[in-house]
Amino acid sequence: MQKKSLIKKITGSREALLAIILIILFALITAVSPSFLTPKSLMDMLKNNAVTLVMALGMLCVMLVGGIDISIMSTLALSGMSIGMLLKYGVISGTVTAFLIAMIIGLVCGALVGLVISRANVPPIIATMGFMYVFRAMGYLVSNGGEWASAAALGSFKNFATSKLLGLNCVIWVIIACYVIFFFFMKWTRTGRKIYAVGSNSNAAEVSGINVKNIKLMVYMIMGFLAGLGGALQVSIYASAMPDMQQGGEMDVIAACVIGGVSMSGGRGSVIGALLGALVLATIAKALPLIPFFDQLWLNTIKGVIILVVVVVNVILQRVTDKNTLKGREM
Amino acid sequence: MNKKLVSALLCGTMVLSASAAMVSAEGEKIALVGKSAGNAFFEIAADSFVEAAEAEGATVDVVYPEAATADAQIKVLDNLISQQPDAICISANDVNALQAKLEEAMDAGIKVSSFDSAPNADSRQIFVNQAGTVAVGQALIDAVYDIAGGEGQWAVLSATSQAANQNAWIDAMKTIMEGDEKYANLELVEVAYGDDEPQKSTDQTAALLDKYPDLKVICAPTTVGIAAAAKYLQDNGSACKLTGLGLPSEMLEYTGADDEHSCPYFYLWDMQGLGKLSAYATLALVKGDITGALDETFTAGDLGEYTITEADDKGTEIVLGLPLEFNSDNIEEMAKLY
Repeated sequence: MQKKSLIKKITGSREALLAIILIILFALITAVSPSFLTPKSLMDMLKNNAVTLVMALGMLCVMLVGGIDISIMSTLALSGMSIGMLLKYGVISGTVTAFLIAMIIGLVCGALVGLVISRANVPPIIATMGFMYVFRAMGYLVSNGGEWASAAALGSFKNFATSKLLGLNCVIWVIIACYVIFFFFMKWTRTGRKIYAVGSNSNAAEVSGINVKNIKLMVYMIMGFLAGLGGALQVSIYASAMPDMQQGGEMDVIAACVIGGVSMSGGRGSVIGALLGALVLATIAKALPLIPFFDQLWLNTIKGVIILVVVVVNVILQRVTDKNTLKGREM
Repeated sequence: MNKKLVSALLCGTMVLSASAAMVSAEGEKIALVGKSAGNAFFEIAADSFVEAAEAEGATVDVVYPEAATADAQIKVLDNLISQQPDAICISANDVNALQAKLEEAMDAGIKVSSFDSAPNADSRQIFVNQAGTVAVGQALIDAVYDIAGGEGQWAVLSATSQAANQNAWIDAMKTIMEGDEKYANLELVEVAYGDDEPQKSTDQTAALLDKYPDLKVICAPTTVGIAAAAKYLQDNGSACKLTGLGLPSEMLEYTGADDEHSCPYFYLWDMQGLGKLSAYATLALVKGDITGALDETFTAGDLGEYTITEADDKGTEIVLGLPLEFNSDNIEEMAKLY
């Protein structure tokens, strides 16, 4: 009886299941390459996927209200490129200033996206596709048509990603801070719960006095803000700002959320889910090059198949849980 | 009536002054046609072209089309043909689309040379090529040989697995390695693909170090890959060293002969040399020293003597030679340029 309920508990929670999938992945990779499970290697992995990890939180909010944002990597490029050029030409020099500017640019971009979607009622995929082109092009304009801001031009800003605080890399502290803040925000604040309410049933939310338009505007602003933060992180981690950075990366962020059990139609998803989804992707990205017996050309195919398998398993289990809950009600 | 007269007079003076301007230029008049404005890389070559040509007494007009398309270049060529310069040197936006216009120019007695990006063999008299595939492969494999100390494991970190340029260079390296006993002790363990993304290139570099603890050298013939690998190796103080093709400004922090730096030296096209050689080749065409036929030779100022060879497209070309090496001695200087 005890055992059965434990299994039920595990299969009943997508997060727990994902955690198990992640552990299995870890075990498999460690078997192939023992050095995978060392602190250094894990820290490397987190740092190299910081952008996806942080931005998955914004995408979680956006997807919770039933939206989607594919302009995020253009926002990242615009904000990252802007601070890159400002640092390169000596307009600013402080790390904090650079981060603030990038986040403000991201916030403004997000506000524009949010206004168009919430006020003009443009479908999110269309609106953000438009902004994807606009912001990317602006990134190129800022860069004087393709200039890089390289390591030497970035001065002390790039040291942020190599310095440590209390034994942990600063980038990893940023990830931890973001996740802790969002965990509390989504679970225990009124605004956080309103996002869920709008996503589950926006009519009901409207009737109960929630300003749906403002909530929608807010989630895109959160997304933009995190994209700006992502821009600063990207420039710092790779010590270079290029206008084409992270092109196509929005799909990884969306995939992280979907793997993490965030519903595309809104209302369902959690911070832990987004974290686990992003970690699964990060693990795959880190592990695939380690597999010695595969042709490199197969790697993307394998990546796609793994994502599909994880999502399908997740969906099936969700259906089983839903059925069980319904049964419970009948009784 | 009066108005018509005035305008006729004005037109007349304009024609006169225009032709006067043509006559007053003593030296050769060359038009340099770029692919599009705002390409810093191309401008290095263009500046060097202008400098070399003007030193020889010629005047150069650098013209950029409105957009990076063949159509826009055709408009530019239309204008140029009516101005009758002595020569047009073009970096073509399309291999075949410019043929009619460039043939029209040649029929009008204008010499047509090209550099950086060639129009097809019938559209030009000569093409100035940066560096042959084999020359790049040779430079890279020699760098690997030198940095590895003549033996040991090395790997390639490329762009995508379909990237034509990178694959050609990698194949050239492999062929050279197989064909010469000198490289017998070098072992190419893997060709990894970073897709020209910093994130993926970093993962690939980490994986290479992980899989091959004795790896001595990584060769990254792509600008994004080499920068990402350089950063990873340097941050981790890895014993594995790096070479390849990269941008000096991007590699400034990582280039140096000591253990502090991950990349002892690397290569890139010599865009300055390319511009200079193109200027001399174009002038030689105008002066009649060469016609663009196979095996002709000419002297390109202090660059020395060059021979016209057959290009891959069966036209003729002049190959500049080896790519330029960037090391701790010249990188500071070059980082300002590239």
